[in-house]
Amino acid sequence: MDDAGRTVEAVVRASYGRLLAYLSRETRDVAAAEDALGEALLSALTSWPEDGVPRQPEAWLLTAARHRLIDQARRRQVRDAHEDTLRFLTGQFAEAAVDGDTFADRRAELLFVCAHPAIDASLHTPLMLQTVLGLDAARIAQAFLIPPATMGQRLVRAKRKILEAGIAFELPQETDLPQRLDAVLEAIYGAYGLGRDESAGVDPAAPDLADEAIWLARVVRERLPDEPEIRGLLALMLFCDARRAARRTPDGRYVPLSEQDSGAWSAPAIREAEAELGEAARLGRIGRFQLEAAIQSVHVDRARTGHTDWAAIAVFYEHLVRLAPTLGARVAQAAATAEAHGVAAGLALLDAIDGSAVATYQPFWAVRAHLLQLSGDAAEVDAAYDRAIGLTQDPATRQFLLDRRG
Amino acid sequence: MKYVMLIYETPPNLESRKDPGHDPYVAAWKAYHKALVAAGAFVGGAPLKDMATATTVRLRDGKRHVQDGPFAEAKEQLGGFTILDVPSLDAALEWAARCPATAYGAVEVRPIDADFDALFVER
Repeated sequence: MDDAGRTVEAVVRASYGRLLAYLSRETRDVAAAEDALGEALLSALTSWPEDGVPRQPEAWLLTAARHRLIDQARRRQVRDAHEDTLRFLTGQFAEAAVDGDTFADRRAELLFVCAHPAIDASLHTPLMLQTVLGLDAARIAQAFLIPPATMGQRLVRAKRKILEAGIAFELPQETDLPQRLDAVLEAIYGAYGLGRDESAGVDPAAPDLADEAIWLARVVRERLPDEPEIRGLLALMLFCDARRAARRTPDGRYVPLSEQDSGAWSAPAIREAEAELGEAARLGRIGRFQLEAAIQSVHVDRARTGHTDWAAIAVFYEHLVRLAPTLGARVAQAAATAEAHGVAAGLALLDAIDGSAVATYQPFWAVRAHLLQLSGDAAEVDAAYDRAIGLTQDPATRQFLLDRRG
Repeated sequence: MKYVMLIYETPPNLESRKDPGHDPYVAAWKAYHKALVAAGAFVGGAPLKDMATATTVRLRDGKRHVQDGPFAEAKEQLGGFTILDVPSLDAALEWAARCPATAYGAVEVRPIDADFDALFVER
């Protein structure tokens, strides 16, 4: 790749989301902004090798994309609705573009648009990944186990909805903020997907876009530094991510958290997570993600103390289940309670979960099988392992469960 | 919605049928089948004998053509099929992802053509 190509690539990686968020904001037409930015990037690839890389590549791209948007608007025979757009594009927008690298960062606004209640919740995460990170529909489709063409159509429809419903590219009002922020955090967490690895044999079947999710969380935290839950989510993901390398042996076998070499955990990631969690606590408003991060903080404390304080973890889970009684939290609570207060107590919590809800929920069966095995219930243990194995997508986890079942 | 999963398996996958008692692939399949049945998603299905046992029949210009095979040398071959009854394609793909064959071969998911089926099947 030549210099110009490398510069384009670097600008795309660093600034795609910022450029797109800026271009989308006033037109509210994300698809048009994507097209315009795409064309600008293409023309950069042809003109930069000849004319040299401009001093402010982002400003160059912004100006080029702006011209495309103006052309598009003109072609659509300027009606009333588009006059505003044109006025904006030719006016203040041009000034901002001249300032180059200092143009405002509107990515947080774009994330709030992506997770707007008017948009189908299953599309919040894919929209964020495509608009703010520039991931293509095929890659997103792969992560979410959806056919690429279907994912492409759903994204196109969602962007049309954003335009037609007139969703504002603004941060929500203070009264709406908690609820709207929940949706944003939920969607970011939806991209994460390493799942709850603290219970042995739980299938990580999920998008596995950990780096992307952490990146998105940082974007929101930068903009809303006083929201403790965003820091809690970032801490949670960093704690789990710190253990990434320890989750597999070099030959790819699954290692449960309790057997992981804590020396293989990433110390810088843990330090950053602790700092985020500390900042969140200072803000004095507890929430679901902070509790989950606190649980992970206890887990990684094993690197320092050599043992796991399961009683503390069980208490955190009790609070978490009261705050957000998700299936995942309830199953993990049962596992932690079994460690802290005995297998019978853990099994009792599992038995209290509605049976129809767990028919295809792998973590329930993985934890149940493990607890039954500890309790010596030979009659039921194989059946529980079979259910867990049959519901597992990840081959390494499946093999681990097969070995455990014996 | 009913879907069929066409299960394409590799030669080692098919080989594992020879010693089913100790094979992790077969053990995974047993567990998978139980999970499908327990979730109420299983309608039917069967494993198939290997491709060398196949015979193809065609009728052309009033003449019957019977031949061994197909002979195409493929890395993966159709090793079996499963019919699912699930609420949506998303659910069917979820089951396909859990199928032990997806880690080695491939699983093709196709909706069953219910309208066409209704044309010639009396119920």
